[in-house]
Amino acid sequence: MPQPHDILFRTLADPTRRAIFERLCRDGDQTVGVLTAQSGVSQPAVSKHLGVLKQAGLVRDRPEGRQTHYSAQLGALAALNDWTSQMAGFWQSRFDQLQDLLKRMDQ
Amino acid sequence: MTNTETETRFVVMEREVPFPPEKIWRALTQPHLIEEWLMKNDFKPEVHHRFKLSADWGAVDCRVLAVEPNKTLSYTWAAFGLESVVTWTLLPTDKGTQLRMEQSGFRPDQQQAYHGAKGGWQRFFAALEQVLARIE
Repeated sequence: MPQPHDILFRTLADPTRRAIFERLCRDGDQTVGVLTAQSGVSQPAVSKHLGVLKQAGLVRDRPEGRQTHYSAQLGALAALNDWTSQMAGFWQSRFDQLQDLLKRMDQ
Repeated sequence: MTNTETETRFVVMEREVPFPPEKIWRALTQPHLIEEWLMKNDFKPEVHHRFKLSADWGAVDCRVLAVEPNKTLSYTWAAFGLESVVTWTLLPTDKGTQLRMEQSGFRPDQQQAYHGAKGGWQRFFAALEQVLARIE
């Protein structure tokens, strides 16, 4: 059962795609042309990455004239914050179980 | 650069437990004991050993990075497409042991130690922290 953070991690696991997303976070709206010039990969490759990011809810596209502008959707990152708290909860309970086990173990 | 800004800590747990480090070490490194508190596993306390932790919800792929008996244990932790490092530190105290668990992004030295790591996550999370600081 994929979780929201699961999709985010998978989407952002690709370094080129992550770099595109970081760029959008840092510099605001960009067109495919501008992103391509800075990415070191072909325009179709950049478009494909943007499509994957869009599917994950990480970017939004907005047509403006003949150009499409892409922007980062920072709200989508909330799932990563949730993941961090989930992990903290996970380890908290494992610590409890570990301590229980230590009590049961013979010396 | 002397600080470790590039390292990202996801989770830090610290607890003083009333048992000696040797006993905790057994619980951290013997597969049948690990299973009792963490998950099913094929762990071996050998550097480079690859093992899997499995639960009904899925599996975590791990590789042992450092073993210093009764002191420190560190392994990679890959789940949900994210590779991180889990490090256990055992420090003897008057009452027992100060046990610390830290799950973090890769440090550059660990990145070299871990073949095939995609890398760059720690940089990403550093950037992410800045981004998250800007949103409500």
